[in-house]
Amino acid sequence: MDMNQYLSMFIDESNDHLQSLNENMLQLEGSPEDLGIVQVIFRSAHTLKGMAATMGFEDLASLTHKMENVLDLVRNEKLKMQDFIFDTLFKSLDALENMVQDITGGGEGKADVSSIVASLQAIESGEWTGGTAPVTEVNQSSSTVTPSAVELDEFQYSVLDQSIAEGHRVLYIEVLVSEQSQLKGVRAYMVFDMLERSGEIVKSFPTVQDIEQEKFERSFSLYYITTKEAQELEKGIMSISEIESAKVIQLDQETLQQMTNQAAATAEVEAAPVPAPVDAPPEPSSSSKEEPKKPVVTKTAAPKQAAAPSRTIRVDIERLDVLMNLFSELLIDRSRLEQLASETGNNDLSDTVAHLSRVSTDLQNIVLKLRMVPVDTVFNRFPRMIRDLAKTLDKKIDLVITGAETELDRTVIDEIGDPLVHLLRNAVDHGVESIAERVAAGKPELGTVNLRAFHSGNHVFIEIEDDGKGIYRDNLLRTAVKRGVVTEEQGAKMSDDEVNQLLFAPGFSTADKISDISGRGVGLDVVKSKITSLGGNVTIHSTPGKGTNFSVQLPLTLSIIAAMLVRLGSEKYAVPLSSIVETAIVQREQVRNIHGNKMITFRESLIPYLSLSEVFGVPDFNDADEQETEIVVIRKGERLAAVAVEEFIGQSEIVLKSMGTYLPAIEGISGATILGDGQVALILDPNAFIK
Amino acid sequence: MEEELKVIVFKLGSEEYGIEVDKVQTIERMMPITRVPKTFSFVKGVINLRGVVIPVIDLRGRFSLRETEYTDQTRIVIVGVDDMQVGFIVDSANDVIDIKRDAIDSPPEVVGGVKARYLRGVAKLEDARLLIMLNLNEVLNKSEVVQLESIEG
Repeated sequence: MDMNQYLSMFIDESNDHLQSLNENMLQLEGSPEDLGIVQVIFRSAHTLKGMAATMGFEDLASLTHKMENVLDLVRNEKLKMQDFIFDTLFKSLDALENMVQDITGGGEGKADVSSIVASLQAIESGEWTGGTAPVTEVNQSSSTVTPSAVELDEFQYSVLDQSIAEGHRVLYIEVLVSEQSQLKGVRAYMVFDMLERSGEIVKSFPTVQDIEQEKFERSFSLYYITTKEAQELEKGIMSISEIESAKVIQLDQETLQQMTNQAAATAEVEAAPVPAPVDAPPEPSSSSKEEPKKPVVTKTAAPKQAAAPSRTIRVDIERLDVLMNLFSELLIDRSRLEQLASETGNNDLSDTVAHLSRVSTDLQNIVLKLRMVPVDTVFNRFPRMIRDLAKTLDKKIDLVITGAETELDRTVIDEIGDPLVHLLRNAVDHGVESIAERVAAGKPELGTVNLRAFHSGNHVFIEIEDDGKGIYRDNLLRTAVKRGVVTEEQGAKMSDDEVNQLLFAPGFSTADKISDISGRGVGLDVVKSKITSLGGNVTIHSTPGKGTNFSVQLPLTLSIIAAMLVRLGSEKYAVPLSSIVETAIVQREQVRNIHGNKMITFRESLIPYLSLSEVFGVPDFNDADEQETEIVVIRKGERLAAVAVEEFIGQSEIVLKSMGTYLPAIEGISGATILGDGQVALILDPNAFIK
Repeated sequence: MEEELKVIVFKLGSEEYGIEVDKVQTIERMMPITRVPKTFSFVKGVINLRGVVIPVIDLRGRFSLRETEYTDQTRIVIVGVDDMQVGFIVDSANDVIDIKRDAIDSPPEVVGGVKARYLRGVAKLEDARLLIMLNLNEVLNKSEVVQLESIEG
């Protein structure tokens, strides 16, 4: 069977499942006792495994299978979630994500995950040194509680400890008798008999007497000293009929101690006046020495509706593009029709064309809306990122997401992820203080980072606000002066917001040492230029000691922009309105030569003067022949330049089009658009004109 | 069994060229072309093909032949290779023929003229016509173009 046609579906769905796995894991980390979440996680993993297996991605399937095994133990309350398990599962998710990415890139989804698999297997079998012999198996029908780890008295413990020290093999064995077994006691006796032939049973639970009188549920466990191999014994036990499973674990001194600790905890539970075995399973022993840290609490302020039936269909983005193209054709025909109708003066025709115009306008809106995607698709990876970050930095951080349903154009969504990651990292690393600093400042230990998205007019705002230490003007200015970004005199005159904007200056970083988290050689200036290239803007507001707010303003869509159409001879070009400061007319004598560069005086400062006709080699126009030249003053950041054109045609909304893959990237041209008359006009990239 | 190949036939000067029909998306009459500055000299610009912006190459220029005025017969052959769409300006295009795969010989060693690497072979047709089969991947190969340009420049 040809799987290719299912591949994109597989990738989409895998990503969905991975996302939901990540989200639910984070939720579970907040409330590890909630088995409902475990169920959801388990089902997701199960589906993912099935899909991967069907598609023939063996590595993916086997890793999910291992995760599933662990999750299965958890949901059946045989295993308690704890830090190590969380970390391992998260690592597994990362590995799965990489595999799916590899598959997306045309790969086989292969990856070396042996260490993760080993960890998962260790958790599954209880061998993992964090010490988790499966938690109490509870059977409500009986009053007998069967703790898995056997409590040892001091003497027995020292015997075992000694034996290990002397190089003997000490095993912990757990046997489960088949449910159908009529003579459990006999089966148990057979096991004991077999074991006693090749070693010594130090302690069993329940006691031998109890077992002989069948006073036990299906399982029993024991400590055993022998010379035989664990596997051999396991095989031996399994060869006895009606034994469902036998788990043989070799112990070293460390694990022995952990197991006895755990057993002691179990015993305490048992000793409690009202035993509540289900609700109070033994504390995981490994972390009992230190309270398990929950570095991050993540919640989404607007709770998601629980698994509402899907009301959407997946559409290939390329098909949408085709629809858009066809639609723009229709619009061109529409304007042609409108023109014809007005020329002929036929009333019926005019009415029909007017109606057609209205319908097509509505259609246009809908077609554009099809490209809108909730920012959730970007935001959803942040809780996990913040969790990991907080853990690394040893901070406590609460990420509060609001407005995740706010919609943005697909093209913007694709681009905005990286800048946001950068800003969030910045907030966590530089913004929120360490726990000690927070306490000293009288703040709660738990820092808050707000991630908000909302619509406002024709823009979408995304804000990242932390309640950290904020920006201190003096520190920032000092660094800026030191790095040569501004002079002291300049700095003194700047407003607080202007000072804050210095953070975006190229080559600026307030961190004294480059950290692993946010100092990856790129500064906030990269964030700024990325956002600017999307037609957006970013501003900072900060209150020292209270926190910092980065506000990112983005256009609703990138595929339609407002532009100024200009003409040079027979050629038309579109200049994005967002980068135009103003338009003006200059006289030839105003253009001056300064060290070989043409400059003009604009608002009391000298700015470069660029001849577009020269740069592009326009055949039928040259501004050098003109006495008076129209100029467009464009801006890149703080810098300006004047671009000479022949004539302004006017402002227009244009649809951005790609020029295809054949043409090389052309400096100064960012794309093309189709004008109302069906002609192609090139779109200027003003950034390229200012160096 | 002899395999047949459907081929679009077009002319550059007196010579006839062929491209497999499945590589050709459509054949258009000449239409307004928007010049794209600072690109290869044989790239005439971009056209609007039903809402899609497509670069157009003058095939004469690509093969370093003398470029001529466009006439009523001039056509733009839109080809698609992988994800790339490109229009070829040719002198005329008005034939689709079936040729037998084994009628295509490997390209002869030529001195000058169209570089042999652009050719996939030469098909001998029944009425003694010779049809030059294009190797589209080579024609659209940009890395080689860049080299060429830099030598010239």
